[in-house]
Amino acid sequence: MAAPSRTQVLALYRMLLKESNKFPSYNYRTYTLRRVRDAFRENRNVEDPKVLEQLLNKAQDNLAIIQRQVAIGKLYEVQRTVVESQPKKFF
Amino acid sequence: MLPYQVNYYGNPHSRTHAYGWESEGAVEKARKQVADLIGADPREIVFTSGATESNNMSIKGVARFYKAKKKHIITTQTEHKCVLDSCRVLEAEGFKVTYLPVKNNGLIDLQQLEETIHSDTSLVSVMTVNNEIGVKQPINEIGQICRSKNVFFHTDAAQAVGKIPINISTLKVDLMSISGHKIYGPKGVGALYVKRRPRVRIEPLQSGGGQERGLRSGTVPAPLVVGLGAACEIAQQEIEYDHARVSLLAERLVQKIMSEIPDVVMNGDPEQRYPGCINLSFAYVEGESLLMALKDVALSSGSACTSASLEPSYVLRAIGTDEDLAHSSIRFGIGRFTTEEEVDYTASRCIQQVQRLREMSPLWEMVQEGIDLKSIKWTQH
Repeated sequence: MAAPSRTQVLALYRMLLKESNKFPSYNYRTYTLRRVRDAFRENRNVEDPKVLEQLLNKAQDNLAIIQRQVAIGKLYEVQRTVVESQPKKFF
Repeated sequence: MLPYQVNYYGNPHSRTHAYGWESEGAVEKARKQVADLIGADPREIVFTSGATESNNMSIKGVARFYKAKKKHIITTQTEHKCVLDSCRVLEAEGFKVTYLPVKNNGLIDLQQLEETIHSDTSLVSVMTVNNEIGVKQPINEIGQICRSKNVFFHTDAAQAVGKIPINISTLKVDLMSISGHKIYGPKGVGALYVKRRPRVRIEPLQSGGGQERGLRSGTVPAPLVVGLGAACEIAQQEIEYDHARVSLLAERLVQKIMSEIPDVVMNGDPEQRYPGCINLSFAYVEGESLLMALKDVALSSGSACTSASLEPSYVLRAIGTDEDLAHSSIRFGIGRFTTEEEVDYTASRCIQQVQRLREMSPLWEMVQEGIDLKSIKWTQH
């Protein structure tokens, strides 16, 4: 398989952030947003196509986990924490 | 976890049908995940209902198994309640227990430990990271002492596993307790590491169908165990990232509070500690009233395990904290999901409330006037 293109990576990154932002729980939402950003930043200079593919696969798996957890999170109502009096947009 | 509560509902101990094998496979995968996190062999992991059960099992189990030859156990004064209570039970059964004191920084004196071990000692139990003050005991050195004296060494690592690197193969530990919910796994599940070579024998607490190699009879809760396994795998991948983040936030919190209000003491050794557990004493403020004022923040004055009583923490008393400071201490916990915003909010609220409570406090007023509180005779005799 050819190395994943820049557009592919960026599309996945945006997708991850978009899905993470749907977490009803403040702590899970901020955590996933932070973790996704940090992981992409940490690996921004990776050139090796093999490593890139591995990382991308991992990101795909995590995207599936986030989507699933968001769905589960939405099953039950959550209380807002004191630090999020106004709902914020994170990106 | 969810699939094992819904579609894969087989009993992991049912050997005769595929329904059971699926669950068994999942449990064995989880066993490997737990073992990998601490560098052990999967056959050395026994699933329990939590670290409390793991601690009970190891302390009572080892003591009772070897009671014909050895009747002495050593532990420390700052252990978790379940360790101390297990020891009390053993004392009632005729065992001798030494509760080692700790130094002012919360660590034990290795030389004292060495002197306390004698030919009658069967077990030493010292926790890796303290649940109230976060200090890290020198597990490596304690293990070496115990091994050289041929004494079993149990450590309650509920607060340490997945948060600081722990590798059984480099440590001389014979038994280790692991908790599920302390590593972001489900509550109600835990594990016990039991060394195979040389083998540690324990008398089981529960009798029954002989599950978990006869050490812990009773059906293994497959969904919980799967959750624990997954939590261990994630902890292994995330340990560095989480540790760096927790350290950063802890420093931010302590720095903010310490720079704004005077007479704040951090309990426990400043270096040998896990940063995610911070115990601060605010002099001239009563801990419970501060907690009441901060009730929108999840904090505690001791551990959740013993919070039913208003007594000052026995851990703080063991490290020689004055009664008044022990009463005014609060434990801050920082974890994977804590945010900067929460830390800042907690710090600013804490500063504000401490200042408010101190303004109301006659003690604080007297201190400001230069009166030494220790010189006052409170009762008239």
